[in-house]
Amino acid sequence: MSLYTDIGGEAAVNAAVDIFYRKVLKDDRIKHFFDGVDMSKQSAKQKAFLSMAFGGPHNYTGEDMRKGHAHLVAKGLNDSHFDAVMDNLGATLTELNVPGHLIAQAAAIAESTRKDVLGK
Amino acid sequence: MPEVIYGGQSYECGEQSVLDCLTAQGVHVPSSCRSGLCQTCMMRAVSGTVPENAKAGLKDTLAAQNYFLSCICHPLEDIEVALPDAAMGKFQAQVTAVENLNSDILGIKLKPAQPFEYKAGQFINFFKDQTNARCYSLASVPALEEDLFINVRKVPNGLVSRWIFDNLKAGDIVTISGAAGDCFYVPGKPEQNILLIGTGSGLAPLYGIIRDALRNGHKGKISLYHGSYNIEGFYLVKELHKLAQAHSNFTYAPCVSEGEAPEGYARGMVLDVALNDNSDLSGWRVFLCGNPEMVKSAQQKTFFAGASMRDIFADPF
Repeated sequence: MSLYTDIGGEAAVNAAVDIFYRKVLKDDRIKHFFDGVDMSKQSAKQKAFLSMAFGGPHNYTGEDMRKGHAHLVAKGLNDSHFDAVMDNLGATLTELNVPGHLIAQAAAIAESTRKDVLGK
Repeated sequence: MPEVIYGGQSYECGEQSVLDCLTAQGVHVPSSCRSGLCQTCMMRAVSGTVPENAKAGLKDTLAAQNYFLSCICHPLEDIEVALPDAAMGKFQAQVTAVENLNSDILGIKLKPAQPFEYKAGQFINFFKDQTNARCYSLASVPALEEDLFINVRKVPNGLVSRWIFDNLKAGDIVTISGAAGDCFYVPGKPEQNILLIGTGSGLAPLYGIIRDALRNGHKGKISLYHGSYNIEGFYLVKELHKLAQAHSNFTYAPCVSEGEAPEGYARGMVLDVALNDNSDLSGWRVFLCGNPEMVKSAQQKTFFAGASMRDIFADPF
């Protein structure tokens, strides 16, 4: 069984996206990065990110991650902000009663993008 | 083998996705995740049927307009497709009525010269000349009235609105674009509650959406909050009160943000009044139109109050 199936597939992504995005937008550590973005489009991106973290379908390459976040790195995006996103991901999954060992797997996938996201 | 028609050219699609088919032929279609999630590669089917799974995750209003995700679309029949920002087309229309709705807003009725497809709440571009146009939302409902109905607010030094206020009269022939936008009512989920918040002439699309929902037999609450600085700013008041009398699930709350609020009016900023009355929006559908600052703030606040991002529809004008 894959992580994506265990965690609940697309239904889980749909359930998680609103909860996760609300947490991100309320988080004083990172909310300023979302000033002025189109909330509707951003929500679709959050969904793609969650699908990837849940071991689901995605085609993001490290290069995509670098390009997609370069403008934020220029604005000071760093490890502390990445940590904040990781916190919100964990809290979202906890709120959805996802078992701890699956949360750990999802966190490991998200964590694997850190260097690319931060342009290191 | 199904073919994909784009920009007047036919391409053999075979087993490929529409995105791969077009990209292989040198057509530039923006894409990112290529997994049907990020919606970057969204296109619109102009003719032909798109498999349902190619609309997965799209807002209902986009799916209703035949938008689809080209990266996961494997057509079973010939389809003609276009990029979402492709030209909306131009139409001639005759002005059939011009009336003052209040001192700042004109109501204009238009009869297009040819059949004109739209959904109440979508917007059109109204051309002053070749290069100058402005967006106006449609307050009319295709099933209820023949003419298009738009509400034009007088913008200080506004190039197009001033021209409309000074010159436009019944009988004139004008140029408009086709209708676009995803701020409209999609039938289904008749029990879902609907919150509508608008300021000024942002009432126009909401007036269309409300009547479209009622016409479709919507059963859930339909709660309209219309904001203005003072009571002179309201319009369609009689019509809205009449609708509220005829439909027990529809309520109309005009909100005055400055000065006195007479009986029948709420006092305060429209967004605050609406959220104060409805603090839990879980499961609600939300429409926001008017002042861009209000709309932006309302998108976030209604989302925080529990509405799903998928169910929030906004037009910042």
